[in-house]
Amino acid sequence: MDQYTLNLIIVGASFALYIGIAIWARAGTTAEFYAANRGVNPVMNGMATAADWMSAASFISMAGLIATVGYGNSTYLMGWTGGYVLLALLLAPYLRKFGKYTVPQFIGDRFYSQGARLTAVVCLIIISVTYVIGQMTGAGVAFSRFLEVNVSTGLWIASAVVFVYAVLGGMKGITYTQVAQYIVLIIAYTIPAIFISMQLTGNPIPWFGLFGTHTESALPLLQKLDQVVTDLGFNAYTAQGSMLNMTLFTLSLMIGTAGLPHVIIRFFTVPKVADARWSAGWALVFIALLYLTAPAVGAMARLNIINTIYPAGTEQEAVLYDERPDWMRTWEVTGLLKFEDKNGDGRIQYYNDAAAGFTETATQRGWTGNELTINNDILVLANPEIAQLPGWVIGLIAAGGLAAALSTAAGLLLAISSAISHDLIKDFLKPDISEKGELMAARIAMAGAILVATLLGLNPPGFAAQTVALAFGLAAATIFPALMMGIFSKRINSVGATLGMIVGLVVTCLYLFTYLGWFFIAGTNMLENVPANYLFGIPPTAFGPIGALLNFAVAYIVSMMTQAPPKHVQDLVESIRVPRGAGQATGH
Amino acid sequence: MTDNSSSNAYWSANVRIIYICLAIWAIVSYGFGILLRPALSGIAVGGTDLGFWFAQQGSIVVFIALIFGYSAYMNKIDREFGVDEQ
Repeated sequence: MDQYTLNLIIVGASFALYIGIAIWARAGTTAEFYAANRGVNPVMNGMATAADWMSAASFISMAGLIATVGYGNSTYLMGWTGGYVLLALLLAPYLRKFGKYTVPQFIGDRFYSQGARLTAVVCLIIISVTYVIGQMTGAGVAFSRFLEVNVSTGLWIASAVVFVYAVLGGMKGITYTQVAQYIVLIIAYTIPAIFISMQLTGNPIPWFGLFGTHTESALPLLQKLDQVVTDLGFNAYTAQGSMLNMTLFTLSLMIGTAGLPHVIIRFFTVPKVADARWSAGWALVFIALLYLTAPAVGAMARLNIINTIYPAGTEQEAVLYDERPDWMRTWEVTGLLKFEDKNGDGRIQYYNDAAAGFTETATQRGWTGNELTINNDILVLANPEIAQLPGWVIGLIAAGGLAAALSTAAGLLLAISSAISHDLIKDFLKPDISEKGELMAARIAMAGAILVATLLGLNPPGFAAQTVALAFGLAAATIFPALMMGIFSKRINSVGATLGMIVGLVVTCLYLFTYLGWFFIAGTNMLENVPANYLFGIPPTAFGPIGALLNFAVAYIVSMMTQAPPKHVQDLVESIRVPRGAGQATGH
Repeated sequence: MTDNSSSNAYWSANVRIIYICLAIWAIVSYGFGILLRPALSGIAVGGTDLGFWFAQQGSIVVFIALIFGYSAYMNKIDREFGVDEQ
């Protein structure tokens, strides 16, 4: 059986599993749907949250970004886990006590204003659409590879599949489907990592293999890696990064995690306040199973790629193009891996031609420029092929990547459509809308969001994980400060919180659009996206904390200058601070 | 809540433990993982240094411990102050 058929069978089987579980567990009404969630213990809920949370960014994209930069991109690892500490300590238990279903509802009630609620809805939509662009990018890469088509075609296929998947709706919300998705995803990520760790270090646990000894050279793995990458003019893998940018970027991801509407929603519906705390812990345990493996995947893949291209060592000749391995041939079809024989010797020279200090060595060796470009987002998916693992492992990783991208995209699309149809249309614009009309509005909103995300995904503002990081920056600058101040301060009032969110949103959006194009449309940026143009050297991806700071400052100053919130709002704050008396979560 | 002083004491106990947890949270990630990495570079861990390990794995392990520690502590003081869910 060829790889193509095998991929189809494995991906098809995983989809059949999710649909099967969805049908088996399908709940009839909204109330039953939430009640079903309430019967689930914190461990299961944690597993489902982990599936909801780990998207194409974590699965497909992150290890590739770590592989190309090394230590400097550890920010993704710390940022996307540390946010759970903020969630568990600062938000989850109190929002559960509050006992309603959506983030705009909390903001609307706590700040006793439709304006505040509407602002939250706008923030939610912008955050979620940005996030979906990243998912579409990742799903497009996965589809293009396993259907062996061009990446743009892959993206359109992905958008059709996401549409069908999200319209099936309930599938996403059913905890057991997500548990199944988590299991597929974690197995798909871990198995290739175990094989590769065995091959390179003899240690079957990748977490430890990363810090183990490279069997072939008898050097520690990371030392060997530092050596081969510097041989080719790249920065050492473990080299120091910019402290300011690493700190800001990590902070942006952490605060953003705690401000993401579709993650927060999961904690509204656990049975008890105490469970909201435990659930955050269990979610992080299941996330960590992937996140502790990811740095090993990144480092080992980088070493394997270089070994493939320089089979006799970096001091020797590179591999002949005609003798390149099959994985390079298949990825060339997608357009995500490109070779250009600049010096006409028929060999694939892969090195850092931007490093000034390396030009001399390159000239000596007869190299006239780097000849191989590899898109970061293909690395995790190509990893099993690079390591020459069995065909079923390659099929499995495609299924895992799609599970990650689709589950998160569907969750986000539901958040967008309910914000538009419910928070915006039903409660604000047209209260007399029929249930059928509301459903129709939800579908149209979903289709619109997918279309926008796909069009922008054709020329994405960055690799999947970078685009997703932008969504986190926006969440950090808008939703998180409003929620936190709503719980920890009784003095912040409606005007302050609303203006705070608006300032955070506008300033952060302007900063992103300046470098990445208006509304992320490629080519409309006012300044080139290079470090020399950045304000204080802060890249757009790391701007979130600055937006958050402005949000906090504006909210505080404006609130101090205006009237304190009314008594019943101060009582509401008192009541959400203690667990006792938490009833069931309600829609209204 | 009828008893205001007990409710205030509960809230300040909660805020205190949050401060402690967030201090640890910041030290392992921003401290050991980023800003203090050069200072810890003398401590070797499997081919690299302690700061690298904290940035790529160590901080994640501490985060998990923090959340479970906080949850257990809060469940205990919820009962002590009589504000747990019945």
